[in-house]
Amino acid sequence: MSAPLLEVDGLRMHFFTKAGVVKAVDDVSFRLERGKILGLVGESGSGKSMTGYSILGLVDAPGRIVAGRIALNGRDLTRLDEAAWRGLRGNRVAMIFQDPMMTLNPVLRIDTQMVEAVRAHHDVSREQALDRCREVLGRVGIASPDERLRAYPHQFSGGMRQRVAIAIALLNKPDLIIADEPTTALDVTIQGQILFEMQNLCRESGTGLIWITHDLSVVAGLADDVCVMYAGRVVESGSVDEILDRPLHPYTRGLLESVPSRNERGRPLRQIAGMTPSLLRLGEACAFRDRCSQAQPDCAAAPASSVPSAGRTLRCLHPASP
Amino acid sequence: MLAYAIRRLGQSFFVLVVMSFLVFLGVFAIGNPIELLVNPQADEAERLRATVALGLDKPILEQYAIFLGHAAKGDLGRSFVFNVPAIQLILEKLPATIELALAAMVISVGLGIPLGLIAGLKPHSLVGRSIMALSIVGFSLPTFWVGLVLIMLFSVHLGWLPSNGRGETVMLLGIPVSFLTWDGLMHLAMPALNLALFKLSLLVRLTRAGTREAVLQDYVKFARAKGLGPGRVIGVHVLKNILVPIVTVIGLELGSLIGFAIVTESIFAWPGSGKLLIDSINLLDRPVIVAYLMVIVVLFIAINFAVDVLYSMLDPRVRLGSSSAAH
Repeated sequence: MSAPLLEVDGLRMHFFTKAGVVKAVDDVSFRLERGKILGLVGESGSGKSMTGYSILGLVDAPGRIVAGRIALNGRDLTRLDEAAWRGLRGNRVAMIFQDPMMTLNPVLRIDTQMVEAVRAHHDVSREQALDRCREVLGRVGIASPDERLRAYPHQFSGGMRQRVAIAIALLNKPDLIIADEPTTALDVTIQGQILFEMQNLCRESGTGLIWITHDLSVVAGLADDVCVMYAGRVVESGSVDEILDRPLHPYTRGLLESVPSRNERGRPLRQIAGMTPSLLRLGEACAFRDRCSQAQPDCAAAPASSVPSAGRTLRCLHPASP
Repeated sequence: MLAYAIRRLGQSFFVLVVMSFLVFLGVFAIGNPIELLVNPQADEAERLRATVALGLDKPILEQYAIFLGHAAKGDLGRSFVFNVPAIQLILEKLPATIELALAAMVISVGLGIPLGLIAGLKPHSLVGRSIMALSIVGFSLPTFWVGLVLIMLFSVHLGWLPSNGRGETVMLLGIPVSFLTWDGLMHLAMPALNLALFKLSLLVRLTRAGTREAVLQDYVKFARAKGLGPGRVIGVHVLKNILVPIVTVIGLELGSLIGFAIVTESIFAWPGSGKLLIDSINLLDRPVIVAYLMVIVVLFIAINFAVDVLYSMLDPRVRLGSSSAAH
């Protein structure tokens, strides 16, 4: 068996601000096989988007990858220079962003924005690039691509724009797509369609997909594996069934219980008390201990990553009993 | 588009009429030109004859009506002083001013936008801060003082550049221009730089502000995620988005450069229309003042129309002619 598609090992990405060092991504490890879907779950500010940007080399100053390894098909990306990153971006690794209203440039036609993505990586004529654009637009379910190519983004609905953004990500047949909450801003029906299509596209082409989201119900239907992130760390990971059915970390449990369910109608909704901690004042201790019902005095020590069962990791000294 | 152009033309005509009335009232208030035109020793009868000859004896509204009647036929009146059509005087002087203004605009845009981009992309770097500091200097120093310092430096001390006149000109489409001869170019350099300094600073600040805002937008990150190089991201994705306010300012400032380059023209003895305007005001040569301001209004209207057309080309969300998309 060759190297996995993506292997992230001990990744640390910190922001060096005047107020101090912000550990946005702090010792994150996971792996992804071809054609599989990994859900990266967490609240706002948990470092899930920053993990995605790190894999693309899109971290801006004062942020910097300080440690760890990001291996794509066995090749370590953290040692690449900017030109090599650029050759990878949009080519081998593509990204889809959260807000489709903002990701397409409002003053450029769709064909301009698509053709430039092809020609940034392939030495082809504009006509050849347009052929590829039409093909991909068809794949993401956009009818009459020729007409659409000549339009501007403001002539599209939100769902259509996100399809175009997905089409742009697919243009160069990437090995890996990082999707940063791409359905959060869309209607539920459109969200369903896009999830279904993305799943099929990955299965068919063997593309790996990292789906960044705060929505566990999306992950449940889509992902093969799940990493739950909290305050820059992966607190728990494993297959989607394991995590959803037998959550071990108190934070994962809290997240699952926060999802309103029909069986609990009339009862007050559960919530996780407190707020996400400031990443500035993060020590070595478990970042969740202030909000955790299971917290013990020894939680002030750095919780090491353990392997409770095959294929799972956990970063908690006092896990909930399964 | 055609309907839009026609409606704009109607609006422009209205603006022109209103402006002409205000200008007419304005010059009427300045003073009676007879005092300056007639020999102080002349007797009352001679003064009266001159007043009647120039039509100044009639009530102002009647004078205005006569002016409008002639203007409709393309006659903006004859200069009291030179006794030639006012428009002819202006058209003789205007090309020099337009050349100076365009040269100043080329300098402002050619330096201002790149410097603004650099300052906007690296706002905390030494280069970015220096550009901003210099732009404040460019903003606050008065034009006449900078002009004098330039002459002191480049003409008096270094002796590199001539300090006055247009230099050698050649005819281009029947208009004398300086920039096509080396001598003319040397003469043009300093006044154009002097005139450009303020606009240059303005464009630097405007471009920087737009750039700082645009680089934070998702579409810039998305463009980078597509693997595009910095040249394409900045030169196409960022620049096209920030051009709308820049084009607005360029349009307005070009009009004011042409209309009011007076200070620079005076310092460098540039034989343009600004000097003509000052002379006409001093001599109370009413027809020339009115005609000059009319020409400037027409220029402003034309430039603004061009700017509006440019908007719709730069930003597809702006559609000319429909009232609903007028944001």
